[in-house]
Amino acid sequence: MTAEGEIIHFDNVGLRYGTEREVLSDLTFTLYAGRFYFLTGASGAGKTSLLKLLYLAQRPSRGAVRMFGNDAITLSRASLPALRRRIGVVFQDFRLVPHLSAFDNVALPLRVAGHGEKDIAGPVRDILEWVGLSERIDAVPATLSGGEQQRIAIARAVIGRPAVLVADEPTGNVDPEMALKLLRLFEMLNRQGTTVVVATHDLDLLRKVPDSLIMRLERGRLADPTGALRHPPARRT
Amino acid sequence: MSRDGTTRRERRLGPSMLHGMRRLGGGGAELIPQGRMSGPMPWVIAIMVALTAIALAAGLSIGNAVSAAKAEIEGGVTIQIIEPREDTRDRQTREVAKAVQQLPGVSGLRIVPREELDSLIEPWLGSGIAEATGSAIPVPALIDVRLATGATPQRVETIRAAARKVTEAARVDAQSSWLRPVFEAMVSLQILAIALVALLTLALAAAVLLAARSALGANRDVIEIVHLLGGTDKQVARVFQRSIGFDAAGGGAVGLALALVVIVLLARRFEGLGAGLVDNGALVWSDWLLLALVPILATLLAMITARFTVLHALRKML
Repeated sequence: MTAEGEIIHFDNVGLRYGTEREVLSDLTFTLYAGRFYFLTGASGAGKTSLLKLLYLAQRPSRGAVRMFGNDAITLSRASLPALRRRIGVVFQDFRLVPHLSAFDNVALPLRVAGHGEKDIAGPVRDILEWVGLSERIDAVPATLSGGEQQRIAIARAVIGRPAVLVADEPTGNVDPEMALKLLRLFEMLNRQGTTVVVATHDLDLLRKVPDSLIMRLERGRLADPTGALRHPPARRT
Repeated sequence: MSRDGTTRRERRLGPSMLHGMRRLGGGGAELIPQGRMSGPMPWVIAIMVALTAIALAAGLSIGNAVSAAKAEIEGGVTIQIIEPREDTRDRQTREVAKAVQQLPGVSGLRIVPREELDSLIEPWLGSGIAEATGSAIPVPALIDVRLATGATPQRVETIRAAARKVTEAARVDAQSSWLRPVFEAMVSLQILAIALVALLTLALAAAVLLAARSALGANRDVIEIVHLLGGTDKQVARVFQRSIGFDAAGGGAVGLALALVVIVLLARRFEGLGAGLVDNGALVWSDWLLLALVPILATLLAMITARFTVLHALRKML
């Protein structure tokens, strides 16, 4: 049974790598469409592991995960790509393809989705302009600064208009001014209906998005002291 | 900023991005860096294709020689009149020829002229013996008989009986019986050539398998990104398949060119021998067509091998 507006639901999820102890334990939460979430916690709390579960790079060791109405645990391998296309990811280390230009890196999700070249050029140029990199369209990642690479990674994550955008420490490698700009980009997407999940340990960022909900991880467990995750407050209009 | 909180820039971006998503198409930049003819793979394929084409040409040539010789010899019977006195031998030869010609199934008959017999033994005994010794060497007379169908033991026996009625000095042999060891040797060579082609095909598949695995390992990060962006196994496999396909096509073309040079040079050498059996082994147009198919088939084999190798390896990823 899917609650109204629910896009992702974790029920008693645990994750362990090999025979080590669990890095994530007893996670139960729901992400709702169009909300802005911050995932916080100290280094090693399990933020990146939780994000990996969210963008389907990893399957949990136990528990149930429902994504867009599908059981993500029992879903066949062949069905995963379609689900992944609904999730945009900004990796902490950007993970741009080193030999591709900024244009081709951003175009990658559209090409993967099978769009024709004539349908790709316009949106890619638009989004590169949106992130302020229209001048660096032919540059390869090695010639771009950290902030520029971050913006290319964001452009790539959102070009396919994902339902959920997951960003792992997106402001970790940029100066405060650029961090604020990137946050505004995420807010803009969120206003257009994309659910945004940003993992960060920068507590200042949290205050800059007033409607955001906070998921705090402590040693692999989710703290929800106010109950906002279970019963999210209505958004301000 | 408008009332719904979106900026002019956002409103412009939205429809443009959506437009890009609505329509489907193909194409794409090369995900795997392509170094055309730069790695070892194209050259390995070139060598494999060259060796395969040469082995195939040898097999086809031997096959042609065997077929042509068989067609010529299968219906052939040789009658020897072993008689030391020349006048008796000539008379017996004419009588045997007359008797055999009347037998059913004999389509042609020829008494081998004396000059031709002399030229047959010349390589061993030299020329001018009759002039030097004052007497000719008593060489048996030969009658070359052509049968409409194969020289079966029954037909040979009938001819033998007819010849023996004329003279006990007649000896009858089917030409195919004394050439059988030669045919068997040639068929063995042909089987060897086919085995070589099969082995080289296997070696090519193994080389491609290793190359695909190595490329997969070297590009693991890119593959992971493509997967996380929603790429399917088939899309990733297609990238590798195309990359190895280009390498195989380039290598195949070089290999075929190399093989053609070798085949033409060898053909000229064998032409120079002037031996009947070898002359019959010339390649015909369908053989050249088969040789031209070698690089095409090698490219297809390489692409199929790469596809299945990559798909198998990807199944281990989530």
